[in-house]
Amino acid sequence: MIAAISTSSYLMLAAMLFAIGAFGVLVRRNPLIIFMCIELMLNAANLTFVALATQLGDINGQTAVFFVMVVAAAEVVVGLGILVSILRRRPAATADDLAELKG
Amino acid sequence: MSDTTFLEYVVFFSAAAMILGGAIGVIILKNPVHAALGLVLTLFGVAVQFVAMEAHFLAAVQVIVYAGAIVVLFLFVIMLLGVDESIDLSIEPIPIQRPLAAIMGLGLVGLIGAAIVRADDNLAINPGSGIDVAGETGNNDANIQQLAQNLYGDHVFAFQLTSVLLIVAVAGTVLLTRKWPRDVESSESSDA
Repeated sequence: MIAAISTSSYLMLAAMLFAIGAFGVLVRRNPLIIFMCIELMLNAANLTFVALATQLGDINGQTAVFFVMVVAAAEVVVGLGILVSILRRRPAATADDLAELKG
Repeated sequence: MSDTTFLEYVVFFSAAAMILGGAIGVIILKNPVHAALGLVLTLFGVAVQFVAMEAHFLAAVQVIVYAGAIVVLFLFVIMLLGVDESIDLSIEPIPIQRPLAAIMGLGLVGLIGAAIVRADDNLAINPGSGIDVAGETGNNDANIQQLAQNLYGDHVFAFQLTSVLLIVAVAGTVLLTRKWPRDVESSESSDA
């Protein structure tokens, strides 16, 4: 299959998506938004996996994406569970307020 | 053939615009509900790119699991906690944080871009056994069959560990969010 779009284009797109997600994790203070930005970064990694799987002709890349999706689902479930139990007692808590473990 | 090429460009660039627009929406929108909708846009764009790269099964899973389950979970938690109000984004606790984060983001894109440009020649090597494509083999289920053979053959142990992970995650979440009777009394007395 000769594709018009080169693999590098997909990789650059994934790099930009990852950078936007990392920027969001660093600047946003709402823990829910930080979670969404982590999802953005995971999706960037997935895009890279599929692009390289197609380029290299190796189905293992697509299997890795499958596992990333499962782990992302588990991570969101546990993370939102923790958030619910924190924000129930302290509504409108930001990531900066949750500093009890600070040394 | 040129029509097909043109279409591929149209698909790539419109999906890329969806992905980047949704991602920027996630990080600049004040209301968490709007940010979640931006996330949906990004996830759909990634699903479109998966279809463009002949990963049909992953595109379906992307829409069902990510855009379906995970975003619904996000919206459910936003509504449950009642935090669906606009946040004041002008507060900047650490003054130099945002410029530094922007520099980091641009640097990240620059470095990864440099690595991609450098690795571009090596990408031409094609060592794998090949991915079956529906259009070439004439078998419309080629992608899902090949993926299933790989998943249940080479990675069957990891697949079974995944089920353990999901059970642990579900049990842990129930444990975390459940209000235990004694804890409720003690927390009420401590709050008072």
